[in-house]
Amino acid sequence: MSIRDVAADAYREAAPALVASMIGGLFSGVVLSGMRAELRLVPGLIVCVPALLATRGNVYGSLGARLATGLHQGLVRPHFEADDRLLAAGAAAMANGLLASVFAAVLAFCVLLALGREVAGLGVLVAVALIAGLLSGLVLTGAVVAVVFVGFRRGYNPDALVGPLVTTIGDVFGLAFLVVAVRLVLEVR
Amino acid sequence: MPEEWTVSAITRATLPVLLGLTAVEIGSGLVLGSFENTLYRHPSLLVLVPVTIGTAGNLGSILASRLSTALHLGTLSFDPRDDDLAGNALATVTLALSVFPVVGAGAWGATVLTGGHPDLSVLTVVAVSLASGAALALLAVVVTVAATYAAYRLRLDPDDVVIPVVTNLCDVLGVVVLFAVVQVLVA
Repeated sequence: MSIRDVAADAYREAAPALVASMIGGLFSGVVLSGMRAELRLVPGLIVCVPALLATRGNVYGSLGARLATGLHQGLVRPHFEADDRLLAAGAAAMANGLLASVFAAVLAFCVLLALGREVAGLGVLVAVALIAGLLSGLVLTGAVVAVVFVGFRRGYNPDALVGPLVTTIGDVFGLAFLVVAVRLVLEVR
Repeated sequence: MPEEWTVSAITRATLPVLLGLTAVEIGSGLVLGSFENTLYRHPSLLVLVPVTIGTAGNLGSILASRLSTALHLGTLSFDPRDDDLAGNALATVTLALSVFPVVGAGAWGATVLTGGHPDLSVLTVVAVSLASGAALALLAVVVTVAATYAAYRLRLDPDDVVIPVVTNLCDVLGVVVLFAVVQVLVA
């Protein structure tokens, strides 16, 4: 194939997924822009935002990839049942997601403190990261399992579904639950 | 991919990389924090943040998965004149040039629709988005080709290593490039 053919082929293959994730990204941008008040109330939260969003993609994207591999290998059956492997994969994703969220909050706090920049209390940042991580973890685990299973049963390649799904749902819900977490934590305090 | 499907085996396999990537993302957060006041003043730029870094990461991961497939098939060679390499790089840049103006217009429109006052002209937001997208596409090509080449030389499977590395690096570059473009065109 010539350079032009390769490029045209790659363009056609990638454009639909890119446009879909662009629409999802604009939604998350609107949510992010709408939470300016919360971002101002918790100084340092904006420093955690990229890490918290990327954690959703990294953790639940790899959960989706693992489930897809398990289905292809016949290790997991595409049924919603209390299967040991399915429970272990889900629990590991939740645990890793929460650990990474707390790690992000602690690291952001330490770095901002060391740089002498304004930062909220460590407890507030960690509580916000934990609550947001827990809520988005529950939604994403459910969404990933449902989409991979239903997609597999209908004959789609689950690997192609997981990436765009996790980035879009992860960003929108990740930010929306961040707003919920900030309001909850400031309310309780 | 762990052989065992237990919480501890999965955690051992994924947590170290996950924490490393999280630390990289905090770097991107620090850059974001350093121009937060500009972002709060111009809500349409804040709308651009997730979509810019997301699209940059996607461009990188699409290129990475195509290069990785070509590598597995044995049709790829790391030569700038290689058809697969040059064609995929060209597609990445073309995709960016066609998507990012729409992203900018979309961010401006979304700000107006959600009741934000149009703080910047639509042309400024489109210019910020297009300039960031063009720079990011070139950086995504460089980073992805370098990461795929490194995985190939180190005999690692590019599917396991390159996509997470490229996605997270493009996140950081997305914020850095947006910051630089905003300094030049807006601030």
